[in-house]
Amino acid sequence: MLGTRELEINLGPQHPSTHGVLRVKLKLDGETIVESDPVIGYLHRGCEKLGENRNYIQTEVYTDRMDYIAAINENLVYIEAVEKLLGVEAAPRAQYMRVILAELQRIASHLVWLATHALDIGAMSVFLYCFREREAILDLIEGYCGARLTTNAIRAGGMRLDFPDGWTGAAKDFCDEFPARLKEYDTLLKTNRIWMGRTKDIGVISGEKALSYGITGPCLRASGVNYDVRKAMPYEVYSEMEFDVPLGSVGDTYDRYLVRLEEMRQSRLIVLQALAKMPEGPVMNKVPKRIKPPAGEVYVVNEGPRGELGVYLVSNGTDTAERCRFKSPCFVNLQALPELAKGHMVADIVALIGTLDIVLGCIDR
Amino acid sequence: MKEQLIQYLAVPMLQIAAIIGVMLLCVMYLVLWERKLIAFMQVRMGPMRVGYHGLLQPIADVVKLLLKEDVVPKAADRWVHLISPIILMIPALACFAVIPFTGTSFEVGAFTIPLVNYDVPALTVTSWVADLNIGLLYFLAISSLGVYGLVLAGWSSNSKYSMLGSLRSAAQMISYEVPLGLSIVAILMLSGTASLVGIVEAQQEAGHWWLFWAPLGVPLLWPQFIGLFLYFVAAVAETNRAPFDLPEAETELVAGFHTEYSGMKFAFMFLAEYLNMILAALIVSVLFLGGWLPVTFGIPGLSELFGNFLPFLGGAGAAITGFFWLALKVFLVLTVYLWLRATFPRYRYDQLMSLGWKWLIPMGLAHVMVTALFMLLRG
Amino acid sequence: MATTEPPEENGSVEQAPTSAALDRLLAAMPDAVVESEFQRGAPIARVAPARLLEVMTFLRDDPACRFELLSDLCGMDLGMVRPDGERFDVVYHLYSVEHSHVLTVKTAVADGTDAPSVTGIWLTANWHEREAFDMFGIGFAGHPDLRRILMPDEFDAFPLRKDFPLEGREKDHGYWRQPGDDDRYTYVAEPPEKK
Repeated sequence: MLGTRELEINLGPQHPSTHGVLRVKLKLDGETIVESDPVIGYLHRGCEKLGENRNYIQTEVYTDRMDYIAAINENLVYIEAVEKLLGVEAAPRAQYMRVILAELQRIASHLVWLATHALDIGAMSVFLYCFREREAILDLIEGYCGARLTTNAIRAGGMRLDFPDGWTGAAKDFCDEFPARLKEYDTLLKTNRIWMGRTKDIGVISGEKALSYGITGPCLRASGVNYDVRKAMPYEVYSEMEFDVPLGSVGDTYDRYLVRLEEMRQSRLIVLQALAKMPEGPVMNKVPKRIKPPAGEVYVVNEGPRGELGVYLVSNGTDTAERCRFKSPCFVNLQALPELAKGHMVADIVALIGTLDIVLGCIDR
Repeated sequence: MKEQLIQYLAVPMLQIAAIIGVMLLCVMYLVLWERKLIAFMQVRMGPMRVGYHGLLQPIADVVKLLLKEDVVPKAADRWVHLISPIILMIPALACFAVIPFTGTSFEVGAFTIPLVNYDVPALTVTSWVADLNIGLLYFLAISSLGVYGLVLAGWSSNSKYSMLGSLRSAAQMISYEVPLGLSIVAILMLSGTASLVGIVEAQQEAGHWWLFWAPLGVPLLWPQFIGLFLYFVAAVAETNRAPFDLPEAETELVAGFHTEYSGMKFAFMFLAEYLNMILAALIVSVLFLGGWLPVTFGIPGLSELFGNFLPFLGGAGAAITGFFWLALKVFLVLTVYLWLRATFPRYRYDQLMSLGWKWLIPMGLAHVMVTALFMLLRG
Repeated sequence: MATTEPPEENGSVEQAPTSAALDRLLAAMPDAVVESEFQRGAPIARVAPARLLEVMTFLRDDPACRFELLSDLCGMDLGMVRPDGERFDVVYHLYSVEHSHVLTVKTAVADGTDAPSVTGIWLTANWHEREAFDMFGIGFAGHPDLRRILMPDEFDAFPLRKDFPLEGREKDHGYWRQPGDDDRYTYVAEPPEKK
């Protein structure tokens, strides 16, 4: 008897387009995906366990290593949790500095997303253009804290140091130059028929379903749900910033592309506003050398480039946490991959992995 | 007897050796040009370390590939695995036999080979190995044999990625043969011959390249632009180049059909791909861009001047000039090839198929009809 | 579970925190909520595992609550804090996009017993519950596919439990640990010789 069998194929853990060590078990019928099962954990380093065994200051170092594309956002949410646990606030100038750095980091992270997403779909030049701009941001971040990726830049109570001389000018220069660069990407992609063919109606998810899957960040907003932590529960000085939250309507890969590009423009506006409004003054409030928060617990979320970053800290009154939980938006978003990929073709799965914007360090922790 | 032996055996052998040698060199430097050009488009440097601005990089690459370990997967079919790069390579090289590189023949006087004291009679050496009256058909037939190499390579590797890659390439190459053939039909009708030499000569007689054939006498109404477009798109797909590089889509299938190849076998596949690119560019130049004919911008006086840069060399000068013009056209066509790669994302498999069957083939058929109609109207 | 309130800050009088969602839950299902409190201003409700699904469905569907988003679900080992009670807590952090309010729900689970799975209410709970199972060994009754997610399938311990050593056990992942240079460990395939 003649018959057809489903082809089982392992995409990863060593594969050019899985953005790290992700493995997806695919069942194919010809080129159509019947079933997909993401296998994660190859990068599991036990950050939560370490967080329970190191003191609060030492743990911040591990937050860099989780979402290494957007380390400042990870630092920020962790430090916010510690501050809330301690009952201290950051110095006013430091709050603006945090917003500036976090938004620059968001732009850098979105640039990496666009670069790799485009490369996965075959647009090679966009990759290098995006990395050129990201380089400029990493130079800024390096200029502030000396590190490019593992920044460890933020301290409970404020910032360790003020911006060095000339830094704000350089940041402004970058913001002035950036819109022209964004236009270049749009020229290459936005109305490119192949790009539209590859992204339109690929991986459509409704807002309701996306919420049920717990998807947050640009992926959720592309499905039309207006949930941005910066607007919904403003932290730092986001309540003083004016910016729009771009929303999609269809919830496909193309919408997610448009939403992220618009977010970069908005982030640039936030940086400019924060630079203009930033008050003079000290950057650090008085915080005890040894952080020993009273017993209690906090769950703090903020808006990372990939979605809602959460930190759940339970203190038992000593200088190490009783429980240190990191909620990763990538982990949650990746969970929807089988749902998004069903019925699409093999080529689409790389587009989908790209559009979910996952970082394996963030997923596996 | 002796003259015939030399004319039909020794000279073609030397021609073949020369073509293979020159073409391999061309491939090496085409790769370098690709890397440099794309690097320029992507605001980076490209190879800079080996030689002045990386000029010796191709040689280093060849040495590297030669010295690399040849890894054959345990589960692979060893013989087929070995043979498929060769199957890919041979048709790519064989096609060069019918390409006219320049119009004028070289006259070689009688001379004696020293040491062995062998007398060679006077000869006329053409720039093509063979001027077949079915040259174009020969090209179409032989070049489509290469797909067997791809399919066998994918199948014999016994890897799922390779298999998917070769399945894609089989479907793709068969689909795009059709528009490729259709785009050429109009040229056949215009030239009245399938000999590639004849086609260029027909363009010389007509006084314009077929690309600029204006049946209604109206400038810019050149129906063969559609032919060129069709041929070019189909040729890009046939050679598996971006944006149609699905069989080796590195972000989906790792490397597609050559995932399990390394060392010299991989180099063969690589060579075949670039040889096919050069071949496609040569055919475009010969069919549409007037082969070795000079660029005259429609000014009659210029053809004298541009026809022979080196008048003091006589016939040889004209031959070298013709070769120069052909090389220039090929270079420009290849540059467009590379430009596409730097610009476009990749098609998806089903989109590629629908582009081929739903757009290019109807366009090709319409193109043939329109050309025939125009020819009929002109009598 | 320690519930000390934070110290008063700079003498300013803090307003007592309120939560409409918590009030609504307490009004609608007073018997289901074992205990409720505010921690650093955030409402927390403790629910018995038997009533959890009921409460969660109510919280998602009630128009005054509308917790469409399960922001996070995690386990917690309270073996040291609560030596006599149930060993684990499962913590649910809920968020409502419509009302923009939050609620934390906790339920206590003893070692070896299952918590009810909320995958039927929020699809996102699937992987979170797998992770809690993987890290703490908390079972979830009604979970469609409860297997390890971050640790390898053949791993036979639960690393986030407090009794799991930070540096790992003597033999993990098929390798034996051996003290090496600079206070670091090396890992070898053969069991080290006992001295």
